Amino acid sequence: MSTDVTSERLSLVKTAPAAPASPAARRGRTRRRLGPGRPIPYGRALGPVLLLAIWSGGSATGLIDARNLSAPWTVVATAGDLIADGRLQTNVWTSAERAVSGLAYGVAAGLVLALIAGLSRLGEGVIDGPVQIKRGIPTLALIPLLILWFGIGESMKVITIALSAFVPVYIHTHNGLRTIDARYVELAETLRLSRPRFLLHIVLPGALPGFLLGMRFAVTAAWLALAVVEQVNATSGIGYMMGLARTYGQTDIIIVGLVVYGLLGLLSDGLVRLVERKVLSWRRTLAD
Amino acid sequence: MATHAGGLTATAREADAAVRIEGLVRAFGTRTVLDGLDLTLRPGEFVAMLGRSGSGKSTLLRALAGLDHDAGGEGELSAPDHVSVVFQDARLLPWKRVLANVTLGLTGADAGERARTALDEVGLAGREDAWPVELSGGEQQRVSLARSLVREPELLLADEPFGALDALTRGRMHTLLARLYERHRPAVLLVTHDVDEAIALADRVVVLDGGRIAADLAVDLPAPRRHGTPEYAALRTRLLARLGVDGPDHD
Repeated sequence: MSTDVTSERLSLVKTAPAAPASPAARRGRTRRRLGPGRPIPYGRALGPVLLLAIWSGGSATGLIDARNLSAPWTVVATAGDLIADGRLQTNVWTSAERAVSGLAYGVAAGLVLALIAGLSRLGEGVIDGPVQIKRGIPTLALIPLLILWFGIGESMKVITIALSAFVPVYIHTHNGLRTIDARYVELAETLRLSRPRFLLHIVLPGALPGFLLGMRFAVTAAWLALAVVEQVNATSGIGYMMGLARTYGQTDIIIVGLVVYGLLGLLSDGLVRLVERKVLSWRRTLAD
Repeated sequence: MATHAGGLTATAREADAAVRIEGLVRAFGTRTVLDGLDLTLRPGEFVAMLGRSGSGKSTLLRALAGLDHDAGGEGELSAPDHVSVVFQDARLLPWKRVLANVTLGLTGADAGERARTALDEVGLAGREDAWPVELSGGEQQRVSLARSLVREPELLLADEPFGALDALTRGRMHTLLARLYERHRPAVLLVTHDVDEAIALADRVVVLDGGRIAADLAVDLPAPRRHGTPEYAALRTRLLARLGVDGPDHD
């Protein structure tokens, strides 16, 4: 262990005279620890709990104005009310539907284009350039143009989300396809694999880790795009609910919306990671 | 018959030779690696090839395996239809379990059964469902041997297959390879830098130097080939001298 080595080295240069026979001197054999030390149980929860405590304390003492930030208990009560009258579920459902369909179109497009560009030189020449140019333009900057083309309805929202999700899937899958180890290509040649078998057994499994990494970025990008497009003339969804709450100065509802966005983001990322662990179990054995 | 690079004609296999190479030239840019090389392997013959690094051993092997797409050259080269290659790294696909690595590219309903038999032959029965990362280096190389032999090659090309293994494992692999060779009898071209490995396994040892065969010695020592005998020492010294090493202690 590195800490042992460190303390061993320190003991060599230590010149302080030993105080004889006292318990402190005997304990002095174990040198002062320089590393961060043992992990604290539930240590990761410390920061969030501290923030929550400051928020609660501030609200209770009136240091935090409820017009700027509602008290935690108000937020919880509001969430309860919103669930009781069904508004929260309806809006979350609408938002999730938008995000999922946008994500589905985006992932499908990114995957297909990456395969075409990754598996043929002609495909790469035709597709890769435009995608790299598209990558340079933030998708959210395209919203004015998309509104002119598709209006302010549902299709504009889904297309914006799809465009955001498509880029990371394309980039990482294409990279995965292009960086398949040449040694495996050689192996396939000596085994005389046909081209379809080569694709099935070597190229696609080899590109899978890249695709899944792209998926994780795509999910994050989809939620970001969702939050933005729901500010544009939506009549339903979490963003609409929050926008309406802003008009009436209901910070409690805005906080509920933020918490829902956060939970959805964490949940979907966890889902992709779960799939990653299942599908790439051959890799996990190394980490275990 | 595989089509080889550089305008080579791969003629039909002749009954009396598993491999026939005449005047083979291979160049990468301005550097000529193989310079009019001639070599013939009889069917079922075990030939070891020694040579300093950069002498063109791997280039020759790649030419025989049909892997040298970008090399320029000329000459006659004929190799059998069924060629298997064992690489220095086991080169298993990490995303496929052991059995699927062996059956890769096999066709027919009995592919799984044949692969199981091959794994049994290399002493890995029961490890069919392991992932390659779960195996030791020696075990991985044994899977790679099973993958090569399940195809029943007429020619087995091995490029320093045991170079990355520790001495103890290497010794065991020598025994295994010798046993598998006795059973399957492919022609073998074993590229190695280890003189003792060459003498222990091969019927014939060739030394590659300057892009040509510089020495071609039959190994007619009685089995088992032990280090101590004077014949062994004499052959070893001759081979080392051909490799440009003075004393017998410098390999």
